[in-house]
Amino acid sequence: MLTADEWGIVLLSLRVNAVAMLVALPVSFALAWVLARGRFPGKVVLDAAIHLPLVLPPVVTGWLLLLAFGTQGPAGKFLAHWFGITLMFRWTGAALASAVMALPLMVRAMRLSLEGIDHRLEQAARVLGAGPWRAFATVTLPLAMPGVLAGLVLGFARALGEFGATITFVASIPGETQTLPLAVFNALQSPDGAHEVFRLAVIAVVISLAALVASELLARRTGQHAL
Amino acid sequence: MPSDPAFAVDIELTRGDTRIATRFAAAAGITALVGHSGAGKSSVLACVAGLLRPDRGRIALAGDAVFDSATGVNLPPEARACGMVFQDLRLFPHRRVRDNLLYGWRLADPARHFMALDEAADFLGIDGLLDRWPRTLSGGEAQRVAIGRALLSGPRVLLLDEPLSALDTARRAGIMAVIERIRDELALPILYVSHDRAEVARLATTVVEMD
Repeated sequence: MLTADEWGIVLLSLRVNAVAMLVALPVSFALAWVLARGRFPGKVVLDAAIHLPLVLPPVVTGWLLLLAFGTQGPAGKFLAHWFGITLMFRWTGAALASAVMALPLMVRAMRLSLEGIDHRLEQAARVLGAGPWRAFATVTLPLAMPGVLAGLVLGFARALGEFGATITFVASIPGETQTLPLAVFNALQSPDGAHEVFRLAVIAVVISLAALVASELLARRTGQHAL
Repeated sequence: MPSDPAFAVDIELTRGDTRIATRFAAAAGITALVGHSGAGKSSVLACVAGLLRPDRGRIALAGDAVFDSATGVNLPPEARACGMVFQDLRLFPHRRVRDNLLYGWRLADPARHFMALDEAADFLGIDGLLDRWPRTLSGGEAQRVAIGRALLSGPRVLLLDEPLSALDTARRAGIMAVIERIRDELALPILYVSHDRAEVARLATTVVEMD
């Protein structure tokens, strides 16, 4: 079946993707909530900033990450000084790049579903004895779940294919930052890599299909009340 | 010594361009808020439930202040123990009828329960609906479930916002009978918003005019 190198690439990609989703999920849900429910000055600016990675060339996003999180960047200095964390040229940096690129799609999907929820249902829950957090957890969150799952699927797909921002920010280091798309590109560059490209492409198809099926099954379980 | 009124309301609030001021005290039984549409009847209910904050005034339920601008009291909705049936019902679409009915029941202090699920379902004639989804209910069925959900939360008062307006004549009679039984058998004070004079004449113990 797969060679040791290929397993390494698959596991690295899944690890990068899992961490990216773990970080992006709460952040994008919070942002979606603020955009769907909040009324504050600067909302348009926040909305635009979130969408930036969607419209910018990914290489430019990667360069911006380099400026911010590089060894000389403000965020990079902060993390290194207080937590001893370096993201540049590390797999964690690849996860950050994937998360940033996936964020706009996730926020959009979740915002749409949150906007579709009648906030008067939360009022009904409050009158029935639920505090604000319980009303959120028992009414808003379950009703938003289809949108959260849709956002997760979109984000996962986007993060799995992430190339431009990743290679700019953390380069293509085998075993550290060389995720599946970077490995495909690397194989394409080598004169006798055609067979390897084919094998990696098949792996990409299998992972993507598996993710799609998993999301479909999840959606069926959580969305049985959906109209 | 006379006991405290079930409802003592003396509030002022502003909704858009409209200034709403109302003052009434009512004993147990059904207190009907009547007036033309836009007079702020539903806003007064929302103030009692804690969903709207009046500009000033006082709201007391059986002598307990739930809102008092003079002393800074403003209990959140979940601490007021009001059972509310909204005009648009607001059943939870992601929960079956049974779990809609039990939502408030599970949250309430057991000491406040005066009905169990079976009794409420029997009382309202909704035994057969417990496993249905709210979207599959007819208007009259959904209305009964909404009333049951409010009753099971162990409220000390019931707030009904135009409970008959969305129903045809046959179903109105059924719901009206249910409301009378709540008044007589459960002795639960009811604040009732309506614009229908005939309905009010049949049900109300006290009538409060709003203009």
